[in-house]
Amino acid sequence: MSQTGGPILSTLIVLPLLGVLLLTIVDGAREGLIKRLALAVSGLDLLLSLIVYVRFDPAKAGMQFVERALWIPSIGSSYFLGVDGISLPLLLLTTFLTPIAILASFSGIASRVKAYMICMLLLQSGMIGVFVALDLVLFYVFWEGMLIPMYFLIGVWGGSRRIYATLKFVLYTMAGSVLMLLAMIALAFLHQGSTGRLTFDLLELIGGPIPYGTQLWLFAAFALAFAIKVPMFPFHTWLPDAHVEAPTAGSVLLAGVLLKMGTYGFLRFALPLFPEAAVAFAPLISVLAVISILYGALVSMVQDDLKRLIAYSSVSHLGFVMLGIFAMNLQAVEGSILQMVNHGLSTGALFLLVGMIYERRHTRMIEEFGGLSRTLPRFALCFLIVTMSSIGLPGLNGFVGEFLILAGTFRVHKGFAVLATLGVILAAVYMLWMWQRVMWGKSRRAENLTLDDIGRREMAILVPIILLILWIGLNPNPLLRRMDASVIQLLEGVRSATSEVRIPPSPPFVKGGWGDLVRSTN
Amino acid sequence: MELVLPQIDWAPFAPLIPVALGGLTTLVTDLFLPPGRKYLIAILSLMAIAVSILLSIGSWGPVLDSDLGMVRYGIHDAVVLDRFSLFFYLVLGLICMLTILLSMGYLDTAAADQGEYYSLLLFSALGMMLMAAGGDLIVIFLGLETFSLALYTLAGFWKADLRSNESALKYLLLGAFASGFFLYGIALIYGATGTTMLRQIAAFLVDGHPPAPLFMIGGGLLLVGFGFKIASVPFHMWAPDVYEGAPTSVTAFMIAGTKAAAFAAFLRVFLLALPALHVQWSVAIWVLAVLTMTVGNLVALVQSNIKRMLAYSSIAHAGYLLVALVAGGSSGGASILFYLVAYALMNLGAFAVIIALQGHEQERLLLTDYAGLGWQRPVLAACMAVFMFSLAGIPPTAGFMGKLYIFSAALEGRYLGLAVIGVLNSVVSVYFYLRVIVIMYMSEAASPRSLVPASIAAVLAVVISVLGTLHLGLFPAGLLDLARQSIAAVAG
Repeated sequence: MSQTGGPILSTLIVLPLLGVLLLTIVDGAREGLIKRLALAVSGLDLLLSLIVYVRFDPAKAGMQFVERALWIPSIGSSYFLGVDGISLPLLLLTTFLTPIAILASFSGIASRVKAYMICMLLLQSGMIGVFVALDLVLFYVFWEGMLIPMYFLIGVWGGSRRIYATLKFVLYTMAGSVLMLLAMIALAFLHQGSTGRLTFDLLELIGGPIPYGTQLWLFAAFALAFAIKVPMFPFHTWLPDAHVEAPTAGSVLLAGVLLKMGTYGFLRFALPLFPEAAVAFAPLISVLAVISILYGALVSMVQDDLKRLIAYSSVSHLGFVMLGIFAMNLQAVEGSILQMVNHGLSTGALFLLVGMIYERRHTRMIEEFGGLSRTLPRFALCFLIVTMSSIGLPGLNGFVGEFLILAGTFRVHKGFAVLATLGVILAAVYMLWMWQRVMWGKSRRAENLTLDDIGRREMAILVPIILLILWIGLNPNPLLRRMDASVIQLLEGVRSATSEVRIPPSPPFVKGGWGDLVRSTN
Repeated sequence: MELVLPQIDWAPFAPLIPVALGGLTTLVTDLFLPPGRKYLIAILSLMAIAVSILLSIGSWGPVLDSDLGMVRYGIHDAVVLDRFSLFFYLVLGLICMLTILLSMGYLDTAAADQGEYYSLLLFSALGMMLMAAGGDLIVIFLGLETFSLALYTLAGFWKADLRSNESALKYLLLGAFASGFFLYGIALIYGATGTTMLRQIAAFLVDGHPPAPLFMIGGGLLLVGFGFKIASVPFHMWAPDVYEGAPTSVTAFMIAGTKAAAFAAFLRVFLLALPALHVQWSVAIWVLAVLTMTVGNLVALVQSNIKRMLAYSSIAHAGYLLVALVAGGSSGGASILFYLVAYALMNLGAFAVIIALQGHEQERLLLTDYAGLGWQRPVLAACMAVFMFSLAGIPPTAGFMGKLYIFSAALEGRYLGLAVIGVLNSVVSVYFYLRVIVIMYMSEAASPRSLVPASIAAVLAVVISVLGTLHLGLFPAGLLDLARQSIAAVAG
């Protein structure tokens, strides 16, 4: 691609690794230096990724900033990276959230700071790799490799049941992934059978003729791996444990980025590779998505631990994303991608806020709080904005994503859209009720009256997220327009592959902005 | 009467000769060295292995140029020099070298019996190399016996330690039993075909002779013999006790070396002599593979001694290798070659860490002994973590790439069920490998421990292994190409 001034995606991946090397030679006792170095490296990565954003050409549907090199030629696997409108928002989300998570760890992590920061940077490298890898084997290496730093983050710096939680997290993910690995290999051999070329190149594999029956099996294997990661009901049980036990930054990246790998996997791999199977599975997955939305919301309502509540709300929110993806039209899919970013921002911010109050009170039990808005006005304001974003208040980012998903789904399946809308209402119930119990009323503990409000560093963590929440809420077009071409290409691919299969009629694609999208649904 | 001596081409023996000479000289040199200089014996052994490795590397190119078949034979067909043999000469050389390094950290350098130890080690390596190069069942048997006899003695090397004695005796009794099966199998095959040469057996089968019952029984007995040596279920009973009781450096050598040598011969017999019987063999091996993987992994879950855990893990890994053997063909064969290297690196590396952590003092082998080590010995513990992730098959490590090749070979051979059972097994194994890491990093030591300085030699072995494990995980293409070239010599 012409816009590359060098292997920028590789640099994004390698930079944190260089940071790791740098950290290994720093004396572990110099914690201040270690923290600042880690922040600087991840911040530099953020700046680099902004270059990708600026130079990204929204008119192009295909991959940009492509890098390709021989890797394992004998099995047809290559080092192949690229970014398109689907992965760009997630790439930016990753590079944006990592420095924030690192900054948020400055106070919460008291022990083994060096090892912690090494894990954070390894995780950043792995997460970026997942979103830019376009070779199946390479993708798998990143996908599983980033389990290692997350495993340590939860297991070493987590809460009291951290070992149980981290093993559960790793085993669940592995169990789904290994079958996907077999499906990847089987897919490559099938492709070799029909074309004579053994390759793991995603772009080459897309559109290959695969018998319908085989497609169903392969899709199921991919879908299992991704559904566990999302997580969709009934594969969600690892999530609350992992979230509750993880340190704040671990929860932020887990909810903010790792869960998106599942939904991203559907869009990047499962849909384009197995379009007919995806259409066949769409009703089942949509039903599971609706169950996730409602179940997650209902369970959130009865939680007494703030982190657990947010964890279950993630199940509900990711249900929306899945519903939108399998509605398979432009609005819903773009809404889903946007909602992935939104959820990363709002849930990430919620975990950060909970982490801040936990550092002050060493509890996350809702009943322990009350009346915090009087003692912590700045904290309460930030919490309010983020809560509203999570609920989907118009003017904030959550509304745009949810509206697009619901509007898109409504055209395909009215029933699902109606049930999902119920989830929006339930979200308002559990979030506002939580806010009310924590922020308003009488303080139920004397300690709550003497807490310090959030300081400069904490504001520096929250303000960028809140600005993005507002910016996307008021002007989502720059992001949406960068998705258009790639999403249209994806849906066209699915449609042409399934032309003989009846799929629900879809409206003509709308190429305008957010306003046009809204009008076109009326 | 004139005695007709066979024409002997010495080239195939070239890499074996320095090992044999090394074995003899270490024994003699020991007599003349004062106690303070005994470490020279280990250096001498290292040099012998290094010369062997250099000779193998030197033969790699010429072997291809020699003639069409890419093969040279010493003493008729009995000892084969092809890239397959050379590959195993190199792998066994690497294994032996790492073993010497970790033995240097393990044995008391002042002990009197250094000469015996390294001499036995080199002779056992010699037997393994001979087994890998055998083109005749008799030569394969000779190699097997040579290394087994040396290992029986090495397993009992701690003469005053009851568990070491038990280990040696168990290994001897059951090993002799297995050798009996093996030899009986050779006899029956000879009865059926009139030859013990692998190429002639293959020619006999291809000529349209239906495999006689005698032949099938003979083949079955060979399978039992191999099954014992690679410790596949249900012939694995000896392995945990022997591996646990033997001196740790010997256990490491047995786990890596025996498996490589036995699989080399197994592959050559299977791919060269018996391709006509692939269907019959593969059914039996399919069952063995599933049993071996599953039993090995399930029993490893509940072990509390790290040597015993690694023993069951090595059984499970024999199962993965059998999966590739069932898959057959050049992909299956190449994946076995690749995996054996990965397997040797990660196992020897793990044992090197165990040895580096304990020094010359009392053995610390319970998993709980490792509590908190991640923070007390960060570098060694991090290396151990790499080996555990590699054994569990998590990228970016050699273990992952090895499993990727094995399971893709299985799918290429259309053994979907076997591949699924295999990957699910590797998920089970994640639990007990990660438990080591949990203990090292996520739990505190019960009592403060005095740390001994790690021996430099053992640390060197750790560093070589960890670099190899990561290198093969990130850049596997080079070794995979070598493996493919090597397997071409036997799989055609």
